[in-house]
Amino acid sequence: MLERPKRKNPVLRTRLPTLPPAARSRIALGLTAAAALGRFELQQCRDCGTVQYPPREACQKCLSIRLDWKPQPQDGELLSDTVLHHSNDLFFRERLPWRLGLVKLDCGPTVVAHLHERVARPPGKVVVAAKLDRAGQAVLVALPSGLPPQESNMAEDRQLREFTCDPKFRKVLITDGKTATGQALVKALAAAGADLIWVGHSEPWKKFAGFDELKALPQVTLLPLDVTDSKNVREVAAEIGGKVDILVNNAEYHRAYGIGNRSGVDTARAEMDVNYFGLLRLAQEFGPAMRGRGADGLASATAWVNLLSIYALANFPPHGTFSASKAAAHSLSQCLRAEMRPAGVRVINVFPGPLDDEWNQLLPPPKVAPAALASAVVKALREGVEDLYPGDVAQEWLARWRDNPKALEKELST
Amino acid sequence: MLPIGSIAHLRTGIWCSGMSALADLAKGLAAGKIKVVDLTETLSPEFPYISLPPEMGQAWPFRIEEVSHYDERGPAWYWNNFSCGEHTGTHFDAPIHWVSGKDLPNNAVDSIPPERFIGPAFVIDCSKQSAADADFLLTKDFIVKWEKQHGRIAPRSWVLMRTDWSKKSADPVAYQNYDETGQHTPGPDTDAVRFLVEERDILGFGTESIGTDAGQAYHLRPPYPCHYYMHGAGRYGLQCLRNLDQLPPTGAIVVAAPLKIRNGSGSPLRVLALMESK
Repeated sequence: MLERPKRKNPVLRTRLPTLPPAARSRIALGLTAAAALGRFELQQCRDCGTVQYPPREACQKCLSIRLDWKPQPQDGELLSDTVLHHSNDLFFRERLPWRLGLVKLDCGPTVVAHLHERVARPPGKVVVAAKLDRAGQAVLVALPSGLPPQESNMAEDRQLREFTCDPKFRKVLITDGKTATGQALVKALAAAGADLIWVGHSEPWKKFAGFDELKALPQVTLLPLDVTDSKNVREVAAEIGGKVDILVNNAEYHRAYGIGNRSGVDTARAEMDVNYFGLLRLAQEFGPAMRGRGADGLASATAWVNLLSIYALANFPPHGTFSASKAAAHSLSQCLRAEMRPAGVRVINVFPGPLDDEWNQLLPPPKVAPAALASAVVKALREGVEDLYPGDVAQEWLARWRDNPKALEKELST
Repeated sequence: MLPIGSIAHLRTGIWCSGMSALADLAKGLAAGKIKVVDLTETLSPEFPYISLPPEMGQAWPFRIEEVSHYDERGPAWYWNNFSCGEHTGTHFDAPIHWVSGKDLPNNAVDSIPPERFIGPAFVIDCSKQSAADADFLLTKDFIVKWEKQHGRIAPRSWVLMRTDWSKKSADPVAYQNYDETGQHTPGPDTDAVRFLVEERDILGFGTESIGTDAGQAYHLRPPYPCHYYMHGAGRYGLQCLRNLDQLPPTGAIVVAAPLKIRNGSGSPLRVLALMESK
C-alpha cells in the first residue's frame, strides 16, 4: 500500500522533471494512440492474421504491409523477470531499482513489460496493458492476474504510479464548483483520496445549490475564481499554484445557439471568454508552477484535466457557437499538452456527450450524468488515459468521427 | 431656504460683487471652501454587476488586460485595455436605455445637451429605513415629508436616494443581496417616481445600489417604474453611487458627464459633487 508521502523538506532542492525515452517512429505511435484512449491495440496482419510487437512497417511473418491496429486480448504468461540496478537514462537512474519482465502474450508476441510489484516471480499469469508513461508515450505494463482492483491498482505500486495521475494524497483545484458537474467532481475526487480540494466559484452573489454541502467536506476550500478575470486568475495562481497537483478546468459557458438564431456575438464571445480564454489564462498562470513540480516526490504535480465536449471534434449546429469555443479549447489544449510534456504533467481531455444540465434540457437522452462524468475523470486519472469520451453519444460520435470525419459533418448538418 | 442654493449664490455674485461666478468658484475651490466629493465606485473586476436571467443578453463586467508593463511588450510604458458594458460600475442611464424613452429627441449619451450633466442635488436620507428593510421603497409621502423639512425639490435637479447601501460594496454578496426570489435592494416606488417627474420636473434619480429601481422592482407596476417613467420622460439615472452620506440634503452640485458614445444608452463615469464646506 502507498503510504502518505511525508511533507516536503523545504531545504532540499526540488527535483527537476526527467522523462523516460520518448522517441517513437510514426508506426510505433499507433500503440500510443490507442493507449491514450485506454485501449490495448497491437498490429495485426490483414493477410496472415499474425499479431506483432514491437510495431514494424511490415508483417514479420509474411512481409505484408497491410497491418491494422486491432484490440487484442491482454492475458499472457510471465516468462522471466529482471531488476535493473543501473541505468544511464536519467529517468530510470533516479528510480532504481526497476523491475522488468518478458511476457508471452496469448495473442502471440513476446513483449518486454514493466512489472507491478504484486506480479510474482515467473512463471505466472499476468495481464498486459499499454499505458502512457511520463513522456506521454505508450509502454507495456504487466499487472497481476486475478487480484482485486485495489491490489493490482497501478497507483499503489512504486514503479507504476509514475504512469498514473492518481488523486490519492494529491491536492486538486476544480475551477467551478457551482455546477452539478463541478460538485460531482469534488465528491468523486474526495472519495478517491485527494488530500485537499480547492473549489473555485465565480459571481459569489449568485448563491448556488450545494454550496453548504461542499463546504462541509473536510478536504474542500472554496475560493473566488473567475476564469474571465485575468487578475483574479493570476492572484489565485500566486496563492495556491505552487501546491496544485491536479487542475481540473470544468468552467464552462454554454448556450444553445447556432449562427442564425442568435443575433450579435455577445453569447459567442462569452463562450469563448470562458471556454477558450479561460483555459489560456489558467494555463499561463498555473502552467509554470505545475511544470516546476513535475517530479516533486510522490505527490508531484501530475495532471491537467480539461472539460471539453464531443462537439469539439465536429460542430453540432444547434449548439454551434459553443461547439466552436470547445474546438478552440481543444486546439489550445494540444498546445498545453506540448508545453506540459517536458515536466511529465499529463493533459487529459474529456469529450463528453451532452451533459444532463439545463442547457441540454431539450436534447433527448442519453445524457451524461454529472456523477458519471466525475467517475470517468477519476478513472482516467488512475489509469493514465489521456483522452476520454464519457457517455454513449460521445462514444458513438467518436467512432463515426474516426471512421470518416467528413461523413460525420454531413450527418450533423442535416 | 433657496431651492438651488449654490447656483443662486453664484448668480447673485455676478451682479453684486462684479466678480464672475466662475472666478468665485475657482477661488472657493482654491481656498477649500468648495469641497469636491467623489461619488464614484472604483472600476474593478470584483465589483458586482447586473445579472439578468442567464438566457438573456448580459452586460459585460469590468475586465482589464495589461498591454505592457515596462517590459518586452513595451519597454518604457505601462497601459491596459479594459472592457465593460455601458451599465457597469457607477454609471449613467440615458432615456434611450428604456423602451419608454426610445423615440425621444436627444435621448442618448452623445446627444443629451451638456448642460444637463451639471445640476443641483437633493439628497433624501433613507439609510435607516434601508438598514431595517432591504426592500424599502421610497414613497411620495416620504418625499413630501422630506420637503417639509428641507424645502421643495427644484426643477432640473438630481434627486439622490441615500441608503448607505454603498457601504456594502466591498462585499459583493451583501451588495447584491440575492436570495431565491432575486435581489433585495431599496429603490423608489411607482408613485414616488411619477411625483418626481410630473410634479417636480427633476433631471434624474440616483441610487447607491446596482439599479435606480429596487431589487424587486420587476414586481411593481409597471415593472421597473423608475426606468419606465424617468426615461419615458427624458430623464436620467445614476447608480452605484457612493459617499452620499457626505453630502448635505440640499446645496450640492453634481457633475455627471457620461462618455460620448454614439447612440449610447449609458456609460460608466466619474460622478463628482461640489459642496460648500462648513
